[in-house]
Amino acid sequence: MDMQTSFGGLTLKNPVMTASGTFGFGLEFAPYGDLKRLGGLVAKGLSLKPREGNPMPRLAETPCGMLNAIGIQNPGVEHFVRTVLPSLPWKDVAVVANLYACDAEEFGELAGVLAGEEGIAALEVNVSCPNVKEGGIAFGQDPKQIGRVTEAVKRNAGGKHVMVKLSPNVTDITVCARAAAEGGADSLSLINTLSGMAVDIRRRRPRLANVIGGLSGPAIKPVALRCVHQVVQSVDIPVVGIGGIASAEDALEFLLVGAHAVQVGTANFLRPDFSFGLADDMAALLEEIGAESLEAFRGSLQMEF
Amino acid sequence: MSLRNCRNVKVLDVVPVGQSKRPGEFFEIKLEYPDWDGWKPGQFVMIRPVSWDLEIVWGRPFSISSVGDGSLTLFIQKVGRGTSRLAQLKPGDEVAIWGPLGNGFAVEPERPTLLLAGGIGIAPFRGYVENHAGPENLKLFLAHRVPLECYPYDSLSRTVECESMMERTPEDLQRIIARLHELVAEYAERDGLILCCGPTPFMRTVQSAAAEAGTRAQLSLENRMGCGVGACLGCVTKDGSGHNVQVCTRGPVFWSDNVEL
Ligand SMILES: Cc1cc2nc3c(=O)[nH]c(=O)nc-3n(C[C@H](O)[C@H](O)[C@H](O)COP(=O)(O)OP(=O)(O)OC[C@H]3O[C@@H](n4cnc5c(N)ncnc54)[C@H](O)[C@@H]3O)c2cc1C
Ligand SMILES: Cc1cc2nc3c(=O)[nH]c(=O)nc-3n(C[C@H](O)[C@H](O)[C@H](O)COP(=O)(O)O)c2cc1C
Ligand code: FES
Repeated sequence: MDMQTSFGGLTLKNPVMTASGTFGFGLEFAPYGDLKRLGGLVAKGLSLKPREGNPMPRLAETPCGMLNAIGIQNPGVEHFVRTVLPSLPWKDVAVVANLYACDAEEFGELAGVLAGEEGIAALEVNVSCPNVKEGGIAFGQDPKQIGRVTEAVKRNAGGKHVMVKLSPNVTDITVCARAAAEGGADSLSLINTLSGMAVDIRRRRPRLANVIGGLSGPAIKPVALRCVHQVVQSVDIPVVGIGGIASAEDALEFLLVGAHAVQVGTANFLRPDFSFGLADDMAALLEEIGAESLEAFRGSLQMEF
Repeated sequence: MSLRNCRNVKVLDVVPVGQSKRPGEFFEIKLEYPDWDGWKPGQFVMIRPVSWDLEIVWGRPFSISSVGDGSLTLFIQKVGRGTSRLAQLKPGDEVAIWGPLGNGFAVEPERPTLLLAGGIGIAPFRGYVENHAGPENLKLFLAHRVPLECYPYDSLSRTVECESMMERTPEDLQRIIARLHELVAEYAERDGLILCCGPTPFMRTVQSAAAEAGTRAQLSLENRMGCGVGACLGCVTKDGSGHNVQVCTRGPVFWSDNVEL
């Protein structure tokens, strides 16, 4: 089955992308499979300046999931462009840069650095920084800020595809989705992690040094699916589904509710070769359930019982 | 062919070792050899039984303890939900395994080499001893809290010089610390190589003893790991210049003067 998917001027040979922060810069996974088998590869979050990230411990395992508070540790965007990007197979895989900044100007500046880079297919905007200027509420929770940040990135992106990654930690995700669409986003990706916490009763301490972290993995899939379903209904731009995908069946669920592609995060830790075979498994499963094509299957959820 | 891979292999055997107060606390898992080109003592694997399904998301890291005739052996202490489930594996069960991971210990066959193990930290040293070209130059020191029979100590003592000290009281601990300082000083004098694996306080003692003696030593860290391949940044520690480095790919073995514990 032809698994190619195109949306917002972006063409992926299959709808499987790897989610930011869970696939390193990609090369870490090269010993375990052919990176060219992926539809897209979203690099770990990049900021203008290098960041050391949060103190340890940064990870805690939970039933069917995990909490992380890595804090966007990264060597900075210049380092990525100079030393990592040239080694990635960007001619065969859509390489997406995930951007992290703390105000609209800085986001714009980051986009500017990447605008002229041939190897970058799209920019994904991570709006989860706690916005110090606006008193601590994350951009991702404030529709006005989402719009402003999206505009700033789009303005400086040199015509590159701009994907805005939405947080589920809001009352109504469709309001955020509309704000990003109005700001000029070419697509949306959702969801980022759910805010969560774990404690250790023996040591009487939080399990993360940061106390609160982001929940990901199979545990969050129903929330993610609900968010994608709601957003697909409320905006006209394409959506990429993320959250707890750990099988071909999971991935097809997101396509069924209308996603154009999916991103695999925590499942890359279940085993490092997980993402490589997923598109083939999806194709086989589509045939098995009698779908005529990927296109016909996408968004074909029936609402009457 | 790449140097690393992820494979499903069969469990050949699960064998309890010795008897501590907690039943079945120590055991060996013998696995089919996952078709690797090679490995180095001190390297580790991530293992994740297929039966974990989605409930336990991460694999678990274990040192390669021994490799021989088509099998790979891990030596494991039960501490939490992952290791408890590993103890229940049966021959024929399937596990995903990826590796060999990390850098491994320095090997200098002609140099007097001191292996300092704290408890389960003995696991990588079995493979080290079994593959060393000059076992007469090796000495193993084991500090332990549970009976000696729970560790692969006897078998090692047939090949190399061994010494052990059991910790039951705070006084025992003081004696162990003093002995570690003595041993490190002795090997520093002989221009020896010092390798250490054990709990963090044990390694801190060795780190400060090595600094005092003005000698380098290697420490193998056991940070909690999410991916094992350098991607999640959950296992980091600070190197000598205060920067975060991934223990899974830049370690687990570090020179003692180039890592913060
Ligand atoms: C490179 C490396 C090599 C290792 N080699 C071995 C080995 O050969 N044999 C062996 O038995 N263990 C080894 N370990 C430790 C082993 O990985 C952990 O004991 C195991 O992952 C705990 O899993 P769990 O699910 O049972 O514990 P969890 O349910 O995750 O945790 C339960 C308890 O175990 C403690 N714990 C968790 N992780 C570790 C850790 N890394 N070290 C010590 N305590 C921990 C926690 O603090 C907690 O109290 C190694 C670790 C690393 C990083
Ligand atoms: C360890 C870790 C690091 C992450 N880092 C980033 C990041 O840098 N930028 C970002 O937009 N999302 C980041 N995420 C969120 C993931 O990209 C993804 O949105 C989330 O984990 C949900 O998908 P999953 O359930 O498949 O993991 C990270 C997630 C994890 C587990
Ligand atoms: S365990 Fe993921 S980076 Fe080391």
